[in-house]
Order: sequence, then structure tokens, then C-alpha cells
Amino acid sequence: MLAFIIRRLAQSVLVMLFVALIAFVVFRYVGDPIASMVGVETRLEDQAIMRDRLGLNDPVIWQFLRFIGNAMQGEFGISYRLQQPVTELILSRLPATLELAFASATIAMVFGLTLGVFTALKPKSFLTGFVMAVSLIGVSLPTFLIGIGLIYIFAVELGWFPSFGRGETVQIGAWRTGLLTESGLRSLVLPAITLSLFQLTLIMRLVRAEMLEVLRTEYIRFARARGLSQRAIHFGHALKNTLVPVITITGLQLGSVIAFAIVTETVFQWPGVGSLFIVSVQVVDVPVMAAYLMFIALVFVLINLIVDILYYVVDPRLRVDAGSGK
Amino acid sequence: MSKPVLSVRGLTVEFPTRRGLLTAVEDITFDIMPGEVLGVVGESGAGKSMTGAAIIGLIDPPGRIARGEIWLGEKRIDNLAPDEMRKIRGRRIGMIFQDPLTSLNPLYRISRQLIETIRTHLPLSESDARKRAVKLLDDVGIPDAARRIDDYPHQFSGGMRQRVVIALALCADPEVVIADEPTTALDVSVQAQIIDVMKEICAERGAAIMLVTHDMGVIAETADRVAVMYAGRLAELGPVASVIKDAKHPYSQGLMGAIPKLGENLDRLVHIPGSMPRLNAIPQGCAFNPRCPKVFDKCRIHRPAASEIEPGRRAACWLYPEVT
Repeated sequence: MLAFIIRRLAQSVLVMLFVALIAFVVFRYVGDPIASMVGVETRLEDQAIMRDRLGLNDPVIWQFLRFIGNAMQGEFGISYRLQQPVTELILSRLPATLELAFASATIAMVFGLTLGVFTALKPKSFLTGFVMAVSLIGVSLPTFLIGIGLIYIFAVELGWFPSFGRGETVQIGAWRTGLLTESGLRSLVLPAITLSLFQLTLIMRLVRAEMLEVLRTEYIRFARARGLSQRAIHFGHALKNTLVPVITITGLQLGSVIAFAIVTETVFQWPGVGSLFIVSVQVVDVPVMAAYLMFIALVFVLINLIVDILYYVVDPRLRVDAGSGK
Repeated sequence: MSKPVLSVRGLTVEFPTRRGLLTAVEDITFDIMPGEVLGVVGESGAGKSMTGAAIIGLIDPPGRIARGEIWLGEKRIDNLAPDEMRKIRGRRIGMIFQDPLTSLNPLYRISRQLIETIRTHLPLSESDARKRAVKLLDDVGIPDAARRIDDYPHQFSGGMRQRVVIALALCADPEVVIADEPTTALDVSVQAQIIDVMKEICAERGAAIMLVTHDMGVIAETADRVAVMYAGRLAELGPVASVIKDAKHPYSQGLMGAIPKLGENLDRLVHIPGSMPRLNAIPQGCAFNPRCPKVFDKCRIHRPAASEIEPGRRAACWLYPEVT
């Protein structure tokens, strides 16, 4: 187990180094950092002094190492646009994105799993046909369209939920949460649903396909031949085997929920990391973009790591070194 | 004479398909006596496994029992509600599957799978069920059962896994065990061991065995009586020794003739020319008539029913005047 985790960690570090290289290239070579920082009326001599002081004349390798060193201390420079440390900026936006991401991931997992299992167990039910048809819409409609549609119906026409923003928030330590106020929770509903729909349908279809596959296996037939109850067969034997591949996809999807909350955050004016990124792209705020790239990579690497470890926990066949016999 | 523990009467299994009705099993009748081993032999697709599946009530949809009755002792079981049939499966009829590598759930320890099955059928506590499970594993010849019970299926070899499967099939002391090609997926070297274990443990418990296989050798050594199936129909039924020595149906004659005998110097292996018809192309009359060396006009028009031609022996062939 330990060797396995260490091996995985080493791989993760490699991936992060590679992403850091890309982020560094973006940071260093997309536009001229000095030109972005100073006004037009700064004298050339001053620019040269600044260039020298910031180490931009040092060898590239040296600059890269310094970039990594800084990144490891959470140091990504100053935002050109807001003149604030980038890390601080991202951390202040992070709670909004994470709350949105986890809310929609929860919705996607709970409903995706339930509906997937249901449609697999009752393939001939009318409801299954209905759910499958609707789910096609879920996978094929673009997120922004769903968001706008939901805003139109539930915010404009019915007026049940606010159409933008995060509502009132409460500061708890470093974390600014919207989960504790009524308006915060109400504001969360529409964006969370919008963001979750694609994942929900994906998970549902995946669970359904896997479950149907598992229900055809010999060990399920053998379980039936032993007279086990439907419940024990479906939820004891079939579901756990279904979950093995589902965990991977769901884990990776959680990564993309955080990373690609951009669209949803833009549609709902959600003050998260995604909308920060969009604005930064518009004004070529390179340090923020580089840091965002690193942050998303970190999220994916961490989630991958967790997924691998979960796999290991769920499937005994991977634990070859443990246990006895052959 | 005692009553049969399992009695199959005119069993017919049909599959409705887009191209019409396929008859996988047609008009099969046989009895199994308590403690008896009935071998069921035939080529792939002859309906052997389907007969087993019909008895235990696990025909995959859209297949269904179209006609016939299945009696387990005094109880008719082919028309039971799903929930009642479930209580019979595992409890009164056990089933052993072909491939031990895929019959066990890979994610659960075998202790869990055994205890779960035992407690489904018997009112035992967790620890009593566990004791029973260890005893069973011990009986099927798994060394160090008390420790190995907590292993996962992948930690056992194929032969050992099939022993576990046998233990699972027998854990509620069923009266009949349907063994569907129990050794086909195993190494030749362990096949005999598995057959021995199965036969022994069933004999100890007085359980009858319906042994489905295409291996005449296994039947010859293990079974008391043998049923030969061809294209979903019963071709011949009788005591093993007499069927092997003196087969009545030309198909079984061919089958027995195809077994190479020691000491005989053969240049070529004997075989029956042609192949078994597909289910959607069974010829009129006797299903075997296109391949039969003794075919005559009647065989091409009328279908023979498996009738008693000698005491204890039945055959479906117009060569015998008793056949109707």
C-alpha cells in the first residue's frame, strides 16, 4: 500500500513539474511582463533596471527554478489588474467555486447513481424510457443554454430563485461561505443544478451501462441460483461491482466540475475562481492565468491520486501484495 | 421403489424471437431418484444447460417454459411465484456453474458469500453460519479452511475455486444439485478430483446430482444413468453401463463409437458426419435423420417420442417397434 502511494505521488510530482513548465512559459513569454506592469511613459532605462531587478535577464533555467520555488511557497506574483498577490486573490475566490462544485457534484452523484441503478433494474418501465430520453437532452445541451433556460423559468418567470450572485455570505476564519444564509443557499440552487446536469446524466448513463453489464455476469447468475434475495443481489453484489469503474469517471468529473465551472460562473455572475479567470484572460492578466493553470492541475492530480487509492480500497484484486496464498 | 426427488414431465422451453419461435428444449421427460447421479450428455446447443436452467427457474428472458411440468418431490415448481422459487433455489436445488473463475463475486471474501447464502436459507446466527461454512470448506477439501475462508476468490486456484463453488451450492443441504459442466473450464489434472469431491459430498448428504456435460468419460465414471440429448430432444435414456455397451439410438451409437478405446489402433478418430442442426432449422421428423446411417422414410416425416423399449431404457428412434 505504502509503495503504491509513493509511486503514485512520484508520478503526480512529475505531472505537476510539467504543468509548471507550461505555466512558466505562459507567464514569461506571453506578452512582456515589464510592458504589462509599467505605463507607456516609463523611461526605457527604468524598464531595463526593473527587468534586471525582477531577474528577467537571468538564464531561463534559473528563472524556471525560481518560478517553481516560488510556486511551492504559493507565490505567483502580483495580479497586473488588481495589484494584489495572485495567491491571495485565488484563495479569496476559492470558497465560492468549491461550494458550487461540491454542491453540484453531490447532486450529480446522488441522482446519477439512483437513476442509473433504477433504470438498470427496471429497463422496461415507462419512467426509464422517460429518464433516458431526458438524459439525452442533458448530455447534448450546452451548459450555458441550460443555465439561461433555468434563469428564464425559475428566476424571471417564477421568481423562486435569484438569477445571479452568491447572496449573503458569512466569514468563518479564512472561508467565506454562502451555505449558512437563506439567500446564499437560494442563490446556490440554480448554478449548482446547471453545473451538475451534464455530470448527472453522464454518471447515470455510466452506472446504468455498468450495472446492466454486471447483472449479466456469471457471479450474479450464481447468486440467483443460490436463492439470495433480489435486494442482496442488486445492492449487495451488483452495485459494488458497478462502482469500481464508476469511481474513476466520477472522480475525474469532480475535477472538471471545479475546472470548468467557468461557464456556469459566468452565466450566474458567481464570484468564483472561474469568473476571475475569464476576466483575467480578457485583460491578459498573465500571473493569474499561470496560477489558475497550476491550481487546476493540482486539483486533477490530487483527485486522481484519491481515485487510485479508492480503487485500491474497493477492489481486493489490486491488493496483490497483501493477503495469503496465490 | 422410492419416489423420484425430481421429476420432469414433457418440458418444453421456447424463445420467441423476431424470426419466430425457437424451441430450445422439446418434450423432455425424466426422473431423478434420491441420491442418484443422472448424467445429461450432448453437443453444445443440445439443450442440456437449458434444461438445468429451466429446472432451477433461471431461463434468461425472453425464454420461457411453454409446456410441461417440473416436480420437486410433492411440489410442482415450474409455475411458482418468483419469490417462492427463490426460496427453493439454493435450499432444495443447488447449482454448480461451469466456470469457477467467474462464478464468485471478486469483491467479497468467500466467508461473506458463504455466510450470506447460509443465512438466507437457514435460521443460524452469524457465528454458527461461519462454523458451518468452515466445515463445508473442510468437507470439499480446502486445506486450512478456518484461515482461508477469509480470502478473496482471486487468492484461490481454479480447482480450489470450484471447490468453493461446490460448497456454496451445497451450503443449505439441497436435495438435488444441478452441475452444469462443472469441470469443463478446469485443468484436466484437477477434473477428476473435483468430480470425486462433488460426488462424495453429495453422497454423504444424500443429494441427487444432475450432471450436465459433453464429456462421456466423466459420465461413464460418475453417473448411474445417462440421458443423451440431441437438438433439444431426448434421444436416449438408460443405465450408464448398458447405454455405453449397447446404445439403442443411432446418435448415441455414434457418440459411444467416437470414444477412442485403449489398445485399439486407430489411424483416424471416428466421428459422426455432419453437425447438429441449428434451432431454427430442425428438420421435419426425427431431428437426427440427415446424419443418421440407418435413416428410412418414416424418419423424415414423423417424429419419434422417447418411449420405453426395454425396462428402464428409453429411446426415440423408429428402429424399435415400441416407439410411438
